[in-house]
Amino acid sequence: MDKSMNVREVIKDNFNNKRHRGLEKFIPKIFLLAASLSVVTTVGIVCTLLFDAFKFFSRVPLREIFSTKLAPLSANPSFGILPLINATMITSLIAMCVAIPIGLTAALYLSEFASDGLRRILKPIMELLAGIPTIVYGFFAYSFVTPILMKLIPGLEAKNALSPGIVMGIMIIPMVASLSEDAMNSVPNAMREGAFALGSTKLEVAFKVVIPAAFSGIMASFVLGISRAVGETMIVAIASGSSKIFTFDITRSMQTMTAYIVEFTSGDAGSGTLGYYSLYAVGLILFVFTLLMNLLAQYITRKYREEY
Amino acid sequence: MISQNTNKDEAKRIIYSVNNLNLWYGKDQALKNLNFTIEENDVTAIIGPSGCGKSTFIKTLNRMIEIIPNVKTSGEIIYNDRNIFDSAFGVEELRTRVGMVFQKPNPFPKSIFENVVYGPKIHGIRNKKKLMEIAEVSLRNSALWDEVKDRLNSNAYGLSGGQQQRLCIARALAMEPEVLLMDEPTSALDPIATAKIEELIMELKKDYTIVIVTHSMQQAARISDKTAFFLMGELIELDKTKTIFTTPRDKRTEDYITGRFG
Ligand SMILES: Nc1ncnc2c1ncn2[C@@H]1O[C@H](COP(=O)(O)OP(=O)(O)OP(=O)(O)O)[C@@H](O)[C@H]1O
Ligand SMILES: [Mg+2]
Repeated sequence: MDKSMNVREVIKDNFNNKRHRGLEKFIPKIFLLAASLSVVTTVGIVCTLLFDAFKFFSRVPLREIFSTKLAPLSANPSFGILPLINATMITSLIAMCVAIPIGLTAALYLSEFASDGLRRILKPIMELLAGIPTIVYGFFAYSFVTPILMKLIPGLEAKNALSPGIVMGIMIIPMVASLSEDAMNSVPNAMREGAFALGSTKLEVAFKVVIPAAFSGIMASFVLGISRAVGETMIVAIASGSSKIFTFDITRSMQTMTAYIVEFTSGDAGSGTLGYYSLYAVGLILFVFTLLMNLLAQYITRKYREEY
Repeated sequence: MISQNTNKDEAKRIIYSVNNLNLWYGKDQALKNLNFTIEENDVTAIIGPSGCGKSTFIKTLNRMIEIIPNVKTSGEIIYNDRNIFDSAFGVEELRTRVGMVFQKPNPFPKSIFENVVYGPKIHGIRNKKKLMEIAEVSLRNSALWDEVKDRLNSNAYGLSGGQQQRLCIARALAMEPEVLLMDEPTSALDPIATAKIEELIMELKKDYTIVIVTHSMQQAARISDKTAFFLMGELIELDKTKTIFTTPRDKRTEDYITGRFG
């Protein structure tokens, strides 16, 4: 036998190899750098937002901010933010009314009823839907869904909250479905077997065992879906228009926070004007909102994490 | 005394009668022409080397095997005068009459109480008082009541493995089944928890017919009345446990129980 082939010798040599040790120390530093990059960026964004938003909040009285009158470009401008928040909440609500029931049912079907082969085909297709650029969805809402809705609902405006709300819901379905399906899939089969052995039907297993066991994951998927709807921009900018009225009428045009930012960054809000700083204020509110949503999702997963 | 015993033996009702049962997983045959009877209030132990079809067989008795795709069966299993493979025989109904306890405890991620009353609840019992009564009786019968009576509302996963397994037994008992199927119910437990479950089985056999798969020859000898020896999907021998362990008829049975098996 060749001496150099001695396993113990080779392993010992390998341990004494200095280069190997150096890499072991050096490479993780690169990893750290990559990881901190996103943290640094986030902090940077928050600082910019805070800094310029502060300029806005220090110049506009709180009473005006929390009013329903939004007219940033009039001779006597008013910066009430409630119309924007209202529009964002309404479109998000419509979206979730579409995304939650359909997403959850799709997840249930995929996880509990579809055969393995069918699931392997359907799930990637569904996830493909999530990869479509949102501008395409926006166009779809404006030029396809709105005309249909106009036939069904007389008096529906060409730009309205309903159509982008629905399309946003469609866009979010894959996300809710996919995350919920993951949660249901991670429920151990032994649990289903336990329920079947007690004479449960498939539906009973799905609703009485799997959904409760996957509850935290399902809730988290809802919250992330809402967060996505709140932050969604192109669809509402295109199909909901830029009316700054405060209304609960979903057949009318209304401007969401994101659409407001789009309008003003692409328009002519001169740097240094109040209108310019209002963008940062709205941006900050959006940021805080989505942050809270994501924290809530994390909290739910942790608090209700099923131990099995 | 002795004559009384034999009398009782003769009077025993046949609960299961398995005739020419074959089972295939896709193309692989896992059970080969089984003929088998299981009598009321007996503990029937099933022994045999790994992969011989013990789990497959016991899961066929409550048709849990059908959860696995591509399973085909032929032959019949007569349970109380009805063929369980008859399309008229609802599988859910069968499973309410025939309870099952699994190798690894598998409580639901719910409270102890909710675990026990899960079965009665889905089958239509809503009355709170009645459910509470069911929970207490079942937990007493599974020898768990004293350990959990003060924390019925805490999560079942806070219990030890042995307690979880007794909870699963309670969950099955809550349905007031006629038969209990147990697939290696103690293989994930320590000796003390195992002893408790064995004691429990001895107690339960007064009211239930029990079929238990076990890898422990001693366990089969301790708790069963009848023992069946399986080998490669075939039933080699089924007899009184005493006979199997002292004077088996088949050479292969003898080889297996004396540990002389390949
Ligand atoms: N889901 C399945 N799909 C295909 N074949 C299976 C499946 N489950 C079991 N088998 C096969 O059927 C045969 C019997 O398996 P079974 O699980 O009944 O054995 P067992 O006696 O319970 O073994 P063990 O003592 O290891 O639990 C084995 O050859 C096994 O490979
Ligand atoms: Mg087995």
